[in-house]
Amino acid sequence: MIQFSKTAILLTASSALALGACSRSAPEDLPPPPVGTTGPDTTPTYSGPTPGSRADFLANTASDTIFFETDSHDIDPEDRAILDSQAAWLVANPNVRVTIEGHCDERGTREYNLALGERRANAASNYLAARGVSASRMTVISYGKERPIALGSDAASWAQNRRAVTVVPM
Amino acid sequence: MVFRIPSLSAFRQLVLGLCLAALGSAAAAQDDAASGPIEGDVVGGISNPTSIAIPDMPTPRAVGTPAGNTEDLGRQVARVIEDDLRNSGFFNPVARQFLRDVNMPQVTAPEYPAWNQVGAQNLVQGYVQAGSNGRLTVGCYLYDVFAQAPLERAGYEVDYADWRRAAHRCADMIYARLTGEGAYFDSRIVYVAESGPKDNRVRRIAVMDTDGANHRFLTNGQSIVLTPRYAPDGQTIVYMSYQNNEPRVYIYDVASGQQRLLVNAPYMTFAPRYSPDSRYVVFSMAVNGNSDIYRVAVSGGAPERLTNTPGIDTSGSYSPDGSRIVFESDRSGGQQLYVMNADGSNQRRISFGGGRYATPEWSPRGNLIAFTRLGGGFRIGVMRPDGSGERILTNSWQDEGPSWAPNGRVIHFFRTPRGNSLPSLWSVDVTGRMVRRLPTPVGASDPSWSPLLD
Repeated sequence: MIQFSKTAILLTASSALALGACSRSAPEDLPPPPVGTTGPDTTPTYSGPTPGSRADFLANTASDTIFFETDSHDIDPEDRAILDSQAAWLVANPNVRVTIEGHCDERGTREYNLALGERRANAASNYLAARGVSASRMTVISYGKERPIALGSDAASWAQNRRAVTVVPM
Repeated sequence: MVFRIPSLSAFRQLVLGLCLAALGSAAAAQDDAASGPIEGDVVGGISNPTSIAIPDMPTPRAVGTPAGNTEDLGRQVARVIEDDLRNSGFFNPVARQFLRDVNMPQVTAPEYPAWNQVGAQNLVQGYVQAGSNGRLTVGCYLYDVFAQAPLERAGYEVDYADWRRAAHRCADMIYARLTGEGAYFDSRIVYVAESGPKDNRVRRIAVMDTDGANHRFLTNGQSIVLTPRYAPDGQTIVYMSYQNNEPRVYIYDVASGQQRLLVNAPYMTFAPRYSPDSRYVVFSMAVNGNSDIYRVAVSGGAPERLTNTPGIDTSGSYSPDGSRIVFESDRSGGQQLYVMNADGSNQRRISFGGGRYATPEWSPRGNLIAFTRLGGGFRIGVMRPDGSGERILTNSWQDEGPSWAPNGRVIHFFRTPRGNSLPSLWSVDVTGRMVRRLPTPVGASDPSWSPLLD
C-alpha cells in the first residue's frame, strides 16, 4: 500500500518534470539571431537547460526527492535508484554545491521532527558521499514538519511530506 | 511596588481568623476533588466556583493621565480583575447588571447586606488614584461578604502605561488568598505567531500579557522561528531561528531587542531551555544525523555534552532546583521520557505507557512533569518525576508543547487542527477540567510562560 502511493507520487513528480522540460525547450522562446551574423554557425545547437543548472539536474536525474517510511530514515532500493542518478549528475558537474533538505510529516512533535529531518537529510547526503560526491559540496538542513508540500492530514499527504530533497541552486 | 494601606488597626488579627476559616473551606473542597475520578494534589476545583463581586473602582479625583481618565481606569481595572478571576476557573463573577456603584468612603466600608443580596460570597473593591509623582496607585481590598469582614488588602503603584499590571497583581492577591495557590496573572507569554498556508507559513516570535493584552511581535517573519522560551529571570528569551538558512539557537534580550548566536558550531542547534538560575541553556545539537543534549553557559564557552547515544535525544528541561534534567529519547525505539542528573549521569527512563512520550517540561513546583503523549492523536499529560501518577489532561487531534504557569497549576499548550488550519494556544489546569482557548491575533504555537513579573 505504502509502496503503491510512493510510486504514484513519483509518477506525478515525473510527469510534472516532463511538462516542465517541454515548456523550457519550446523553440519560439529562443531569441532571434543577432542582426548581421554571417557564416557557418560554429556553436552546436542545444535546446536543453543550461548545464549545471537546477533545470539540468531535474531533467537528467530520476527525481530530486526521495521518500521515507514513517519515523524512518532508511534508504530503500527505490531511493537508491534516485540517489544514484543524482550522484552521477553531481559527479559530472563537480562545481555545483547542493543543499539537502530533510522533511517530516505532521505526526511527530516539533523538536523531534527537527532531529528526524536532519537524520533523513544526512542519510541522503551520506549515500551521495559514498557514490563519490564530496561531502564539502553538500549542506544538510532540516525543516522538521515546518515545510510540508502536501497540506492534508491523511496518509497520502504524510507520505509526500516524509522526504529529502536535493536542491541545486537556480 | 506593593505597599500596605494604612488603616484599620485590628486588621491583622481579623485577617488571621478569617484566613483560618478560609483554609477550612479549602480543605473541604479538596476532599470533594479527591472523591472524583481524577487523582492529584489539587486544592479546589470548579464544580462550585466562588461567587465574587468586582464593582467599578472609584477615584478620589477624576484626572486625565496618559493611560486615560482615572474614572475610566477604575472601570477597566475592575474588568481586568474580573476576567483574570473568571478565566482561572475558580471564580464566578457576579454579572455586571447586579453590581452597585461604589463611592470612595464605601471602599473601606462595604455595604455587606446589599452584596449578600446579589449572591456574592466575596467582594473586591478598590480605588484608582493619579499620584503627584506621575504614577498611578491602585488600592485593592478583598472582603468576605458572608462573614462581613475584610480578608486582605494591598496597594500597587505603577507607571501609567502599566495600569493593567496593577489589576493583574490585585487579581493575583485575591486568587492566592482564596485558592491557596501561587499567583500567575502578572506574567507574560512568548510564543510563535503563525500566519499563511501550511506550505508557506510565516512565523514570528510574539509576546503578550497572560490575558492577551500588550501584544507585540519581536521578529519580522523573514526567517522561520521556533520554540521561544523565557529565561526564569524574564530578561531574555532563547529560541531557534533559520536566519541565513542556518537553524541555530539565539538569545534575545527583551530590553534592548538585540539577539546573539548562542553556540557557534557548523551544526543545527535546537530545543533550548534555560536552567532555573538563567545561567545555562540546555539544548540539542544534531551532528551528522545524531542529536544529543548539551548545555552551555549563557555567557559563552564550549558546550558540554550530556547524552551520548546514537538515537535522538532532545527537549531537555531542568528541575526547578537545577539538579536534574528531564528529556526525551528514542534510544529504546520510540520516543520516551528520561531523567538524568544535570551533569548527564544516571540516565533512566520514566515513561512506560503505550505510544510515544515527548516534549517534557518540569513544573516550577517540582512535583510534576508535563508532556505530549503520541498515539492516535497528541495529548497533554502530567506525571510525577519518577514516572508514577500519569494523567492525560486533554483530548484532541494534536495538542503539543506544554508550558507551565509560574504557579505550577496551569499549563499552556498549542492545538493544531487537521488539514490546512492554523494552530492556537490553549490552557488546561492540572485537573484537566478547565480547558480554555487563549486569544491571539493570528495563529499561535510553542507558548512559553514568563516568571511572575516584579
